[in-house]
Amino acid sequence: MEGFAYEAPTSVAALRSCLSTAQGAGEMTQILAGGTDLLVQMKQGNRAPRRIIDIKRIAETGALELSGAELTVGASVPAAKVKGFPLVAEAFPGLAHAIDLIGSSQIQGRASLGGNLCNASPAGDTIPALIANGFEAHILTAEGERRLPVEAFVVGVGKNALQPGEVLLALKAPAPAPRSGDAYQRFTPRTEMDIAVVGVGARITVDEAGVITAARIALGAVAPQAFLAEAAGAALVGTRGEPEALEAAAAAAMEAARPISDKRGSADFRRRICGVLVKRVVAEALGRCQGETN
Amino acid sequence: MKCHVQTQVNGEAVEFLCDPTATLLEVLRDTLGLRGSKEGCGTGDCGACSVEVDGALACSCLILAPEVEGRQVSTIEGVASPEALHPIQNHLLKSAGLQCGVCTPGIVVAAKHLLEQNPNPSEEAVRYFLAGNLCRCTGYDKIIRAVLDAAAEMRGEAA
Repeated sequence: MEGFAYEAPTSVAALRSCLSTAQGAGEMTQILAGGTDLLVQMKQGNRAPRRIIDIKRIAETGALELSGAELTVGASVPAAKVKGFPLVAEAFPGLAHAIDLIGSSQIQGRASLGGNLCNASPAGDTIPALIANGFEAHILTAEGERRLPVEAFVVGVGKNALQPGEVLLALKAPAPAPRSGDAYQRFTPRTEMDIAVVGVGARITVDEAGVITAARIALGAVAPQAFLAEAAGAALVGTRGEPEALEAAAAAAMEAARPISDKRGSADFRRRICGVLVKRVVAEALGRCQGETN
Repeated sequence: MKCHVQTQVNGEAVEFLCDPTATLLEVLRDTLGLRGSKEGCGTGDCGACSVEVDGALACSCLILAPEVEGRQVSTIEGVASPEALHPIQNHLLKSAGLQCGVCTPGIVVAAKHLLEQNPNPSEEAVRYFLAGNLCRCTGYDKIIRAVLDAAAEMRGEAA
């Protein structure tokens, strides 16, 4: 690895001052959370920052709490900790499953959801689950803070919406509504240590009669970035998730998908699998809504 | 500029100077002389360098040494007591769960972490949990059996 300076600020104020010094000096600065992707990129020479700012000692980036009606996941909290947080397992089982699919136990012990999001891989497993659950990115700016829905935070292959000098501090989502459930599934040729060929996340809410009142379906690995398939969700609202409704949602998702062909799957294959997974994920999420009704 | 790092390794206070680019694995092996952790791939794929940092399982090849300032690092060297091997180590020997032995320290560290979280894992759970520990010799079956037998022994059941 090429030489760099290492800093580990212990407060948001100290982080701001690190960032402004770095910007003033015109140095290429890199934020470090879990480092499981970053260190590999640096060792392989794909990234050569002159200054590393480790954000793991800042209270805001290490927060993990459900307070009031909001779940906060600090940008540097390791995946294993998020997955093992009882409130995440209970209220966001789809997100917990998405986290469980990432890398190995060792990677999950270190890698953060914030890093998975900032890397903005089209195939990142947590991103569709975050989008489906309505997570917002809380971003530190030079003057203050701004928020962006996760679907607006990822803007291309490996590209996120952060401006120079901005840092992702936390991800926040509203606590799920009553009678609602989430799910995430992906297709991979092998069951572990693999990257999604297609990934689909959903959050479904039903009323007391079991009619769907809200549906958010997010697709991964079928476009340059994960995205919210609004038409697929809209096809479900007002239905009870009958087979025809699932077919309509799947058709809308397949229509919205813009997959590429690569060594892991052809565009046609990806589009078809996308439809299959939408049906499975909606059924799974619906099952979780009904579980709460009983 | 060198970083001055104060930390704990296997319960003992340790301090060292390192370049900011040094990985925890390099410092453990080359500065502190703890050569149990191995470098297999250097990219977090093989698990041979597995350690715990503040109780979290991690690949020490993907951690910068300055990151462990004030943390608690546990390595393979802290697993056995002076009197006895850990049950996982005993069962790996008994089941012939190793040949060349390069992956073994990482497997012991990871399996110990698993059994502390889940004393009674299914075979499937052990296989998934150890998916990030590659072994090119054994074909895994003997390793999985050794971990399950160690778990049974640690629960007080006959293994």
